[in-house]
Amino acid sequence: MNALSRRDVIRTLTLGTASSSVLSMIPLQAAEHVHKMIREDKSKSSSGSYSPKFFPAHQYKTLQSLCQTIIPADGESGGAIEAGAPEFIDLLTSENEDYQLKLGGGLLWLDSACRDRFGKVYLECSSTEGKEILDLIAYRESSNQDPNLVYGIQFFAFLRDLTADGFFTSRIGISYLKYMGNEALPEFLGCPPLPEP
Amino acid sequence: MLEIIRPAKVYDVCIIGSGAAGGAAAKVLTEGGLDVVMLEAGSPVNPAKDFKMFTWPYELAHRGAGVGGDGYNDFGRTEFMAPNGSWTIEGEPYTSGPGSNFRWFRSRIVGGRTNHWGRIALRFAEVDFKSRSTDGMGDDWPITYQDLAPYYDKVESYIGVFGSKENIPSAPDGIFLPPPKPRCSDLLIKKGCDKIQIPCVPARLAIITRPVNGRAACHYCGQCDRGCVTASNFSSSQVLIPPALATGRLHLITNAMAREILVDASGKASAVSYIDRTTKTEQQVRAKSFVLAASACESARLLLNSKSRAFPRGLANSNGVVGRYLVDSVGTDGAGYFPQLEKMPPHNHDGTGGMHLYVPWWKYDRKNEFLRGYHLEFGGGRVMPTVGQFNGVGYQFQGYGSGFKQRCREKYGTVIGMAGRGEMIPNEQTYCEIDPEVVDQWGIPVLRFHFKWSENEIKMAKDMQETMKAIIEAAGGTYLTRTATSGQNPYGIMLGGEIIHELGTARMGNSPKTSVLNGFCQAHEAKNVFVTDGACFVTNPDKNPTLTILALSWRASEYLLDQAKKGNL
Repeated sequence: MNALSRRDVIRTLTLGTASSSVLSMIPLQAAEHVHKMIREDKSKSSSGSYSPKFFPAHQYKTLQSLCQTIIPADGESGGAIEAGAPEFIDLLTSENEDYQLKLGGGLLWLDSACRDRFGKVYLECSSTEGKEILDLIAYRESSNQDPNLVYGIQFFAFLRDLTADGFFTSRIGISYLKYMGNEALPEFLGCPPLPEP
Repeated sequence: MLEIIRPAKVYDVCIIGSGAAGGAAAKVLTEGGLDVVMLEAGSPVNPAKDFKMFTWPYELAHRGAGVGGDGYNDFGRTEFMAPNGSWTIEGEPYTSGPGSNFRWFRSRIVGGRTNHWGRIALRFAEVDFKSRSTDGMGDDWPITYQDLAPYYDKVESYIGVFGSKENIPSAPDGIFLPPPKPRCSDLLIKKGCDKIQIPCVPARLAIITRPVNGRAACHYCGQCDRGCVTASNFSSSQVLIPPALATGRLHLITNAMAREILVDASGKASAVSYIDRTTKTEQQVRAKSFVLAASACESARLLLNSKSRAFPRGLANSNGVVGRYLVDSVGTDGAGYFPQLEKMPPHNHDGTGGMHLYVPWWKYDRKNEFLRGYHLEFGGGRVMPTVGQFNGVGYQFQGYGSGFKQRCREKYGTVIGMAGRGEMIPNEQTYCEIDPEVVDQWGIPVLRFHFKWSENEIKMAKDMQETMKAIIEAAGGTYLTRTATSGQNPYGIMLGGEIIHELGTARMGNSPKTSVLNGFCQAHEAKNVFVTDGACFVTNPDKNPTLTILALSWRASEYLLDQAKKGNL
């Protein structure tokens, strides 16, 4: 099986489906093989640099910083940047006007709010200042003190969802969750013993 | 003006649609020796290339979310599901009447919606064919369970269905392959069911746990809805169309959008006019008989658009019944959080696509606040992480940073979702008709839907919510779902069409005054026209319709074959 090239396997698959005399069926091992090769191809082609499709440089840097603050690296795994969350968010935003409004507008709101409070944009704030503004917009309750925060709260909630999606659907995020599966099994083993509640 | 090419060739049968009904008809008719042409509105499917089996989210540009995140709101637009269908098709609108909001999921591809369906394969029960005799509502079918049982046998033996013999009157046993072992989520729900004396038994899904007719057994990746490259579950494109093609008697024309069935001077159906989507030209194909299998609403649309001197209200529609009696399934969902699952060691939870256990309708032996019944489905736990899974967590936990990241992991795999699926009784305010003002990009008048749930369905949804809550709490979980008791969707009842079980729009019956077809799916008014998809259904019990569509189409096709051989068509 290993001697086969990906193209050979794909060709076999295509022939299988085109020839009408058999059910369009391929052996399990072939499917697994294709899967493995696709994965290897992808890992080879992943490049370090990414050019944002929607956000201008300053906004993209702010986005990256916010994503990494939402899901930071720790002893167990990388964070949102290593997981490619900012790329994922930028790509979707480049294709969706609603996202452009929510995220593009949200990032501008954040810089304005920081300028009002600290006289500088978010990325230039000290870590204490950055934490101060995020601690306000990361919780819905803050709007009780200051109704003007609603815009920021909505922006941050939306960004947090997308960041979580970007992180937990990445290779490192899936491994951090300890998901096991997406493979061919001869038999399904069922549930290990349930712990007592 | 372009000349419409009228071919000389006359096929024995023209089948319109390649899904469950069309596939079954193609297999039976070609293997019976007839010369068949099939029109499919969509493109061919290449499982090895088009199905995303084993693909990780990070291998897709949008992580599966679809262009611009469209998949968040339309599961048909995720990259995993593509290219199998969607709630919206560009250039092919449908409309809703005042006060109605109907959603219509359509596929334009060989195999249609069987490429991604839930594979739930439940037989109707005896009582499901005798609704009016049983409770005075709706109508009886012109056929009985005994008429259809041999065809359920044939279909199950051929496509492969796992399950277990349970002797439950509301859910007749079939010919089953061994069911897979339960997942943790299945066992937890069963524990709750046991406590409150609700049956919870192995599910019945058209997924093969042993090799069947040269198809490999399931490999338990849990991704049936993406399409299966090894054809280890049932799809028309992989299980019915290939043997029909193998006879050499099936001519499959793809990208062929049927516009109208044409009748000759004597009023007999003689040809189908269709638009070739690739060239945007009108073509015709001639045949002696016609099998409409384009899905309940598309088939109704085709009949209604086939107006002639003989049939001014549309083919086989002198009584105005086509488009009436439209139903979907009653559906409402719930979810529970199970803290004990936080301590579950990581393990492979994938299994087959869909649930391994289910709750069949169990209150058939008592008087309820509503007529008819429902079943419960469930799923969740340590499934492959996908986009959208953590949105609720963000809302719940708020905050950010390491604590947020850790809580997301603790929470992963601890929620089990449930779904109630029940019977809707046809009502006067629910039907489809031709919109008098709108055509699609092919120039074909589109459908306008009218939809209303009646009190019976609302009461059923209430009962579903109460039962799901009771089961989850009995199993040691916390019920997370909150639904309003009134308003647009009381008790979380879904919009019409959202369960994708639309049926009944050209129903069968004994009387030509109140039905379109006889018990063999043959039009009362046009003997060489058959409608074998969900349009022919008289009722829509809580048994997902695909298995019954297959059995009805198989039976109708054997009848057609017999009639053709006798020269009666």
